[in-house]
Amino acid sequence: MNTLLVLPILIPLATAVACLLAWRSRTIQRIIGVSGAVGLLTTALILLTTVWREGVIASQLGNWPAPFGITLAADLLSAIMTVLGSLMGFSVIIYSLGSIDRRREAYGYYPFFHLLLMGVNGVFLTGDLFNLYVWFEVMLMSSFVLLALGGEKPQLEGAIKYVTLNLISSAFFLTALGILYGMAGTLNMADLAVLAKEAKYPGVATTLSMLFLVAFGIKSALFPLFFWLPASYHTPPVPVSAIFAGLLTKVGVYTLLRVFTLLFIQNPGYTHTLILALAGLTMVTGVLGAMSHNEFRRILSFHIISQVGYMVMGLGLFTPLAVAGSIFYIIHHIIVKTNLFLVSGVAHRLQGSFELDKLGGLSHKAPALTVVFVISAFSLAGIPPLSGFWAKYVLVLNSLQIESYLIAATALLVSLLTLFSMAKIWAGAFWGEAPSDNEPGRIEPSPPDLLTKVALYAPMFLLAGLTLTIGLMTEPFMALAVRAADQLMNPAPYIQAVLESRP
Amino acid sequence: MNTLIAVLVGVLFGAGIYLMLSRTPVRLIIGLVFLSNAINLLIFDAAGLTRGIPPIIASGAEKLARSHADPLPQALILTAIVISFGVLAFALVLFNRTFKTLPARDLSDLKATDT
Repeated sequence: MNTLLVLPILIPLATAVACLLAWRSRTIQRIIGVSGAVGLLTTALILLTTVWREGVIASQLGNWPAPFGITLAADLLSAIMTVLGSLMGFSVIIYSLGSIDRRREAYGYYPFFHLLLMGVNGVFLTGDLFNLYVWFEVMLMSSFVLLALGGEKPQLEGAIKYVTLNLISSAFFLTALGILYGMAGTLNMADLAVLAKEAKYPGVATTLSMLFLVAFGIKSALFPLFFWLPASYHTPPVPVSAIFAGLLTKVGVYTLLRVFTLLFIQNPGYTHTLILALAGLTMVTGVLGAMSHNEFRRILSFHIISQVGYMVMGLGLFTPLAVAGSIFYIIHHIIVKTNLFLVSGVAHRLQGSFELDKLGGLSHKAPALTVVFVISAFSLAGIPPLSGFWAKYVLVLNSLQIESYLIAATALLVSLLTLFSMAKIWAGAFWGEAPSDNEPGRIEPSPPDLLTKVALYAPMFLLAGLTLTIGLMTEPFMALAVRAADQLMNPAPYIQAVLESRP
Repeated sequence: MNTLIAVLVGVLFGAGIYLMLSRTPVRLIIGLVFLSNAINLLIFDAAGLTRGIPPIIASGAEKLARSHADPLPQALILTAIVISFGVLAFALVLFNRTFKTLPARDLSDLKATDT
């Protein structure tokens, strides 16, 4: 039994329970919430270094040998995602200290936040498809509550759309699981990968892969299935938006990466070409949606969709370098996107609005915020030497190498349009004239005190610093992504580790 | 028996999706219930409906007395039932609260957060 694999699930669970026990005291909940996040981040980093040194690690729950019991397994991709998830958890919970209102804190913000992290880590670490479904539901359930917590009108309306479409996605997933079990007789991913190589029923496998594509496509907001995202992500408080934006769609992308490199590799001419086409369409529709909006968080929400296209593009190209590009893109994107949402929160706090034409003049009022925004936004658009440039460089380079010129051109064009809409936010919110104070309906913002300021700015500086570090010292991060991609493309060690690990 | 259940699954899927396309919130929820039950039956059917004893070898015996039934689909369905029950409870409260708070009468009135 490897404790290191269980701890990223147990720590958030214990934290959530402890927070629930301290229901009456907001202060104690805050302390427990932050220390839980610190503990989780430390464990995740230890897990990453262990996996880097020792290769894939696996563990069997309840002492049932694989493939009969539930397996927990971590290869480099899982470990990277766990680290990113916990890092975002840590940053956003610090930010929450300065921005979540008392009522939400009193009604269980911290417990559900940690339950969300538990679900996310469970998805990353499990080696069993049905268990993956269960973790998905844990994650969804807490995200439902976080989205609706507070009960403001737009929140409730956004929650209805989010809940309904995600339940449909779960229904597709469960259907696919039922048929897959009937066909293969196992749901252990490593065991299924062995069976997939024998390719007994290639026709049924392709049909099944489409069911999985729809299920995970809804969760990761792929082209025709993304409508729930821009309808709900701008409604909850900013920390909730930020953690959703950073993590939840990327969980979908992670499952796509996992399933389409391990299980459905029999017919890549069909499945992966389709994924590539969807990736291109996702990029274009996402960025066009972003260009047509004038509200800070709505623009950012549409950019999530557009960026998911890039991540999935590497999977569609299906070469080791392209998958490495995808993984690098995920690393870059989670950090940058969370940070941009955090910036939008402080902008709202200073000017009392998310509408670009009511913001204006932030560069005078908050120079530090402006620096953070510039680093993140330019990185998102792919300006060298920031992290987004290298992510896009690898993907475009590889698509040129294997002569998929159309997708390369799409990626470059979308990147240009991303720059355009980031420039729109820049011109509207940061440059521009400050709006006049006597405008009707304007809420006079309260200047935050010093402690609140630290809580708001520290995570933003941390993430912006990381973006800069990844951009300027790309080598180690790219090496990490390349090795993770190598493990995905040659799953033999993963399969061996899972099937031969002793309880 | 397999065919019969398969047809039933199809009917439940059809009815569920039909109901979910309606604009009445209650129908949407009933559609969700149909859908989750259809999937539970589908798991049962896809794994093979066999009559058999539990796969436990009696003490002293070398092998099973008769052919056994696969317990795993039942475990899967049990988990799925619990999850869908929890989700349904949440959805009911959410819909109730939403239509009490918002002026909207049905689902087609929910257009404020759309793009």
